[in-house]
Amino acid sequence: METVVTEFSWGIALILLPLAGGMICFLWPRRTQILGLVTVFAVALSVGGLAWQMLDKGVYRHAVGGWGAPLGIDLYADGLSLLMLATTALVGFAISVYSAAYFKQEDAIRFWPLWLFLLAALNALFLSGDIFNVYVTFELMGLAAVSLVALAGGRDALGGAMRYLLAALLGSLAYLLGVALLYHGFGTVDIALLSERVEPSPVVWAALGLMGAGLLLKTAVFPLHFWLPPAHASAPAPVSALLSALVVKASFYILLRLWLEVFEPLISSEGVYTLLGLIGAMAVLWGSIQALRQTRLKLLIAYSTVAQIGYLFLAFPLAVAVGSTAWSAVAYLAISHALAKAAMFLAAGNLVRFGGHDRIADLDRVVQRLPLTAAAFALAGVSIMGLPPSGGFIGKWLMLEVALTQGRWDLVVVMLLGGLLAAAYVFKVLGYAFTQAEVAHEPKTVPASMEWAALLLALAAVLMGFLAVPVLSLVDIGDPFGLSEVRP
Amino acid sequence: MSAPFFYALVGIGLFSLGLYGLIVHAHLLRKILALNIMGSGIFLVLVALAKRTGEAPPDAVPHAMVITGVVVAVSATALALTLMLKLTAETGRAELPEKGRE
Repeated sequence: METVVTEFSWGIALILLPLAGGMICFLWPRRTQILGLVTVFAVALSVGGLAWQMLDKGVYRHAVGGWGAPLGIDLYADGLSLLMLATTALVGFAISVYSAAYFKQEDAIRFWPLWLFLLAALNALFLSGDIFNVYVTFELMGLAAVSLVALAGGRDALGGAMRYLLAALLGSLAYLLGVALLYHGFGTVDIALLSERVEPSPVVWAALGLMGAGLLLKTAVFPLHFWLPPAHASAPAPVSALLSALVVKASFYILLRLWLEVFEPLISSEGVYTLLGLIGAMAVLWGSIQALRQTRLKLLIAYSTVAQIGYLFLAFPLAVAVGSTAWSAVAYLAISHALAKAAMFLAAGNLVRFGGHDRIADLDRVVQRLPLTAAAFALAGVSIMGLPPSGGFIGKWLMLEVALTQGRWDLVVVMLLGGLLAAAYVFKVLGYAFTQAEVAHEPKTVPASMEWAALLLALAAVLMGFLAVPVLSLVDIGDPFGLSEVRP
Repeated sequence: MSAPFFYALVGIGLFSLGLYGLIVHAHLLRKILALNIMGSGIFLVLVALAKRTGEAPPDAVPHAMVITGVVVAVSATALALTLMLKLTAETGRAELPEKGRE
């Protein structure tokens, strides 16, 4: 039995299972819910298998079809990939349980195949070892995600989906031109081979500019965030959760991977680091202030995503001196945000189902009437604000520590201000949740599984505050942050 | 200037032209066409630079990338056109609606 676990190529299962599940959904449209849940559960088990295998044997590499780089496509997973895969599986499973109760039969037929295709694309992206394969998975992910946004129907959702599609395609094309230039310059698209061959030249700078711009647009970093709030706020609740928690992290993951493996060793000037840190700081402040100004709950949460993405970019200027700690903080922040933000959007979905609207000022005593949902929102808020004990606290604390030791007071101030603003917008919602609204409304019942899915995700985000040591040691498999080079 | 380099420059030109079109035009069909022109520009760059080998046969890997890229572009265009039709049916205009509900 143990040899099966350690020998089987789990990466294949992670891609093929959701792909096959999605297609089978078209064959048995009446069974989509159970098919979807079984598939997502099987994917979660496969991630467990991959983790077991990697703890035993180290990094995972699989040459698809036996071809191998440079001609073939390699699947590759180190600790960072594993962390993203595990987060995707966990968040994806909770959202699936929620969706089983959320969607009516006629919408479920459309939701499940698209979500399973999205899951296949996400898993393939996290397992990709070459930059062209990343482009293909970006497009698969984008097309599935846009279709999921459009599921809600109506003017807002269709407009949001269209805007999202145009931005995603533009980002992918800029990225693809960068891939073409890198292939021209160094004759390979394999990330590991590239990192050996690459050397400073105009081609590399052009590729960095194009790929960087494309990825920043896809990650919705200020000032390229214009497409995110309409798309994330108008989608059905489980879709908003998937997009904010997982899809924006996917393009950030690729940006981080390319940065660490290909571009960072070449960059000697401070300018690029400062620029990335600056847009991160602007995103934190602008996103938080915009979140505070919103009168609709889902738009508030979407702008909060813009702000929290900003935190991830504050690490770039900090990582110049002490790479590994800053990057560990980023990885921790990314997964904590995935858990907390998914919980928040699911809780918002419950409130919309309950009251039939998402106007913050008209939340009518939901704390007494939907206590589990209100608790989920509050706990997720704790992690978003970065209060102990939560995953968000660990990530922000690690980053603050690095900033303090480097004397980067400007970044410290931004981080603290961002935390205060986050507290302001979370308490703005909770304040209205305690009080009676002027217009009482006829509440609808919310299924228990939808309340519990939101609450368990929020609890997981808080629980991450106690798991720092095992999670960070898991990330170190395969040394994705170049730790050994920094250590004497 | 060698022929492959010339065609690659034309490809970059098409990419820039498409980018300009995507930004300045409000009509969605024009935006979708502009994205397709950008894509074609990249494909031209890939095909042209595959012949940088001189007398030797061209590098086949970029050709494989172009085939994959074409498939992706067709699917993306199909989705974009469908969305455009739905949006036109909903709002009566083939343009992006102004800011959401607020």
